[in-house]
Amino acid sequence: MYMGLTEATLQAFRWLLEGDLTIWGIVWVSLRVALLALLAVTPLAIVAGFGLATLQFPGRRALIVLMQTLLALPTVVVGLIVYLLLTRNGPMGSFELLFTQQGMVIGQALLAFPILTAMTLSAVQGIDARVSETARTLGASPLRASFTVLLEARFAVMAAIATGFGRVLSEIGCAMMVGGNIAGVTRNITTAIALETSKGEFAQGIALGVVLVALALGVNFGIAFLQGKGEIK
Amino acid sequence: MIKRTMQLWAVVVFSALISFPAGAGSSKAIRLATTTSTANTGLLDYLLPKFEVKCGCKVNVIAVGTGKALKLGEDGNVDVVLVHARPAEDAFVAAGYGVDRRDVMYNDFVLVGPNNDPARIRGEKDVLAAMKKIADAKWKFVSRGDDSGTDQMEKSYWKALDINPAGLPWYFSAGQGMGEVLMMSGEMRAYTLTDRGTWIAYREKIGLPMLVQGDPRMFNPYGIIAVNPKKYPSANYQGAKALTDWITSAEGQKLIADFKVGGEQLFIPDAK
Repeated sequence: MYMGLTEATLQAFRWLLEGDLTIWGIVWVSLRVALLALLAVTPLAIVAGFGLATLQFPGRRALIVLMQTLLALPTVVVGLIVYLLLTRNGPMGSFELLFTQQGMVIGQALLAFPILTAMTLSAVQGIDARVSETARTLGASPLRASFTVLLEARFAVMAAIATGFGRVLSEIGCAMMVGGNIAGVTRNITTAIALETSKGEFAQGIALGVVLVALALGVNFGIAFLQGKGEIK
Repeated sequence: MIKRTMQLWAVVVFSALISFPAGAGSSKAIRLATTTSTANTGLLDYLLPKFEVKCGCKVNVIAVGTGKALKLGEDGNVDVVLVHARPAEDAFVAAGYGVDRRDVMYNDFVLVGPNNDPARIRGEKDVLAAMKKIADAKWKFVSRGDDSGTDQMEKSYWKALDINPAGLPWYFSAGQGMGEVLMMSGEMRAYTLTDRGTWIAYREKIGLPMLVQGDPRMFNPYGIIAVNPKKYPSANYQGAKALTDWITSAEGQKLIADFKVGGEQLFIPDAK
């Protein structure tokens, strides 16, 4: 009954190619939740990162240190915090979001926010100050000038988004605690791999692992492609 | 232009969030917290689709240990629990968190371990004597350590023996589900206490034979309890009741009796 690595991998590819609905459904949950979390959090994080890089205000340095510390926040801690927020007796209990995809989106958005903010911050700091000054001299409003700076930093910001995507796609702690690993509803790639491994069904686990790597590869290819074009110009 | 972009973003995010499939957050779905033993054996995958067709509803299963399942019920995070730890279940009902407890089925616990049986417990009729032998031999024992029904049962044996194994070098508290613990025990060639159903489902993968069975103290009854609607008015009591009625009905009970893995019946229905 023991299934070797090769055999499990072959079986995994067979399932994927046959379009096994359960597996692709699980992939869809992961993708949908991760994309929504990024969609929700990216604009906020870019504004926050940009603000931290350019504005001067008391407590700015402390905020930067805090943001960089949050990069090390374990996903289970975020999961626990979101769980306590969403549990029925908790402050957001009346929305009934525990064990739903929406709840997972909230958790993953919280996970992605520090990464996106910290990386935007360093991206903007790396832009020559004369870019903003020149834009202003040419008559741009402060908002328009900020936009020009962001445009200059776009490749680094894209890399930030890719990193954030990688973080939420590969995390399990938060998805397991907040989502509850419900079949067909909140079971995503990572929680399914944990479950299948616990059941000794290694082929399923490997199949999903392959998809996870493929997704990450796709995103990074996309970013590399965009960045490559930028250099040719 | 920037303002317009922000407005568009807000609209997109908001509509994406409310457009989730009905199954996800709908109050109609029945949220069932249950033990890893019912989920890992495949019993629920076999039973629930038949119930879902019949009632036209969806059951969302959260498979955790009995302790966690009851806690989810206490906090009103689920509508109904299917668990096995009679004293904890009675406390749950007595504290007003649960109503309508019904017997569903039973199986029993067995002790499994390495085939060469270093602690010589094979064929022992008394579970406490067998546990004592393992402790005396100081052979590896993997405990669930997750406050599940199995864990509570195992702890009650140690307590009866007046042994406190926590922290001893041969005693491994895994903090995981039954399936994981069986896989670990197989890898480590260790003894463990398991419900018969999960062991039957796993035995070919782990290669640990059953060594001790049949002690009345190893009886393992499962009960289903609805979360008290007076405590949590928004809980789906209708759905919980429908599931309870169905699983204890002649039809549900016959399906449980017919459920077999590797040709063996895993659970014996006993609803009254």
